[in-house]
Amino acid sequence: MMTNPGNKVTQGQFSFLPDLTDTQISAQIKYALKNNWAVSVEYSDDPHPRNTYWEMYGNPMFDLKDPAGILMEINNCRKAMPHMYIRVTAFDSTKGWEAPRMSFIVNRPPNEPGFRLLRQERDGRSQGYTIIPYATDRPEGERS
Amino acid sequence: MDTIVLSDDAVVDLQAEFEASNMDEVMTKLDRELVGLKPVKTRIREIAALLLVDRLRKKFGISTGTPTLHMNFTGNPGTGKTTVALRMAEILHRLGYVREGHLVSVTRDDLVGQYVGHTAPKTREIIKKAMGGVLFIDEAYYLYKPENERDYGQESIEILLQCMESHRDDLVVILAGYKDKMDRFFLSNPGMRSRIAHHIDFPDYRPDELQDIAMLMLAEQNYRFSDGAAQALKEYIPLRMTLPHFSNARSMRNALDRARLRQANRLFLERDRPLTRLDLITIEEPDIRGSRIFVEGRLEGEPEFAPAG
Repeated sequence: MMTNPGNKVTQGQFSFLPDLTDTQISAQIKYALKNNWAVSVEYSDDPHPRNTYWEMYGNPMFDLKDPAGILMEINNCRKAMPHMYIRVTAFDSTKGWEAPRMSFIVNRPPNEPGFRLLRQERDGRSQGYTIIPYATDRPEGERS
Repeated sequence: MDTIVLSDDAVVDLQAEFEASNMDEVMTKLDRELVGLKPVKTRIREIAALLLVDRLRKKFGISTGTPTLHMNFTGNPGTGKTTVALRMAEILHRLGYVREGHLVSVTRDDLVGQYVGHTAPKTREIIKKAMGGVLFIDEAYYLYKPENERDYGQESIEILLQCMESHRDDLVVILAGYKDKMDRFFLSNPGMRSRIAHHIDFPDYRPDELQDIAMLMLAEQNYRFSDGAAQALKEYIPLRMTLPHFSNARSMRNALDRARLRQANRLFLERDRPLTRLDLITIEEPDIRGSRIFVEGRLEGEPEFAPAG
């Protein structure tokens, strides 16, 4: 996968950019708060694109006015889980939306091994493909 | 961020900075809407001046640590602690000290949990909500209950202390309560005392100040006094002050609310007579004189009590 040097996982917003600084993260959260979206911090060690539901770090934060509180939670989460992917999600509860409106990664493991491509021989010489993150090679709890 | 640092011999204009901050407007509003409270206003002026000067110093690249603005308001009930706290959020916002300028008003119930492990997240959630603004803890001494060693209040105090120190730029904490109880609270929590830079005592109002407050309240609710009513109130105030449970401006509010009731009732009894707009907004002398303080020398719901003299 030489088109993605360093195997950086590209999920959510801003993932093709260099990692956001804390000031930039605050500015993004500020935008979410301005729109009255509930911001939450989530973490996971499985970067598979179909892994939608990550673990929540604390409760979603409602009624906040200022991004400082959320940045504090992000930093707490980074300290507790430096080897995990951490993302910030902003949920819009307005009727008709009821969905995350923003989601971006704020922390990555120091080493991102990427994905293994698995080819499956099927009937009639057709082939199926699947990807498996190397990060999940070992059972949960034993991954660093 | 200020990128240009002025040279040492440059001149800055404090007056221009003052005008740019709209401080004048805030101060005038404060003077107009809050009667009395001299020591409080003086301290607010001092803080405002400090923040303005700090801003100018920053232009010269003179670094200053962020000043600690955590405050402690003590005073008897109804002396305007909450009102001033609300105003404080606005003032600090104008001066650019807090980013949002909202006030989160809490009491013990909002901070302290009911079982093990409940308090810390609860307190943190409140702190997060207050960030960028002012956290106002009313009757803060209830946080600490020395008679129960398993009380979770202490845990809440510790988290507060930690955040007051490490998030000084994000959060201003204002504690409020009655003087004697707050003093006792600080005695058992010396860490809290030393982290609060401003201890402001709210004095009781004088009778003439209470009269002014009543007038302001009336105007806010679009009522007016007839001359007789104003005189009756003047006589009412000293009488009320000698009675138990007198709580300054709050007692005034309650007295006015009862006067409004009596006014409505009086108008209702005279309902065969056509009413003018003036009738509807005027509180007459009998509406004040009808108070039980004049009639029986005691308040509604209070036990029999003979005022001194």
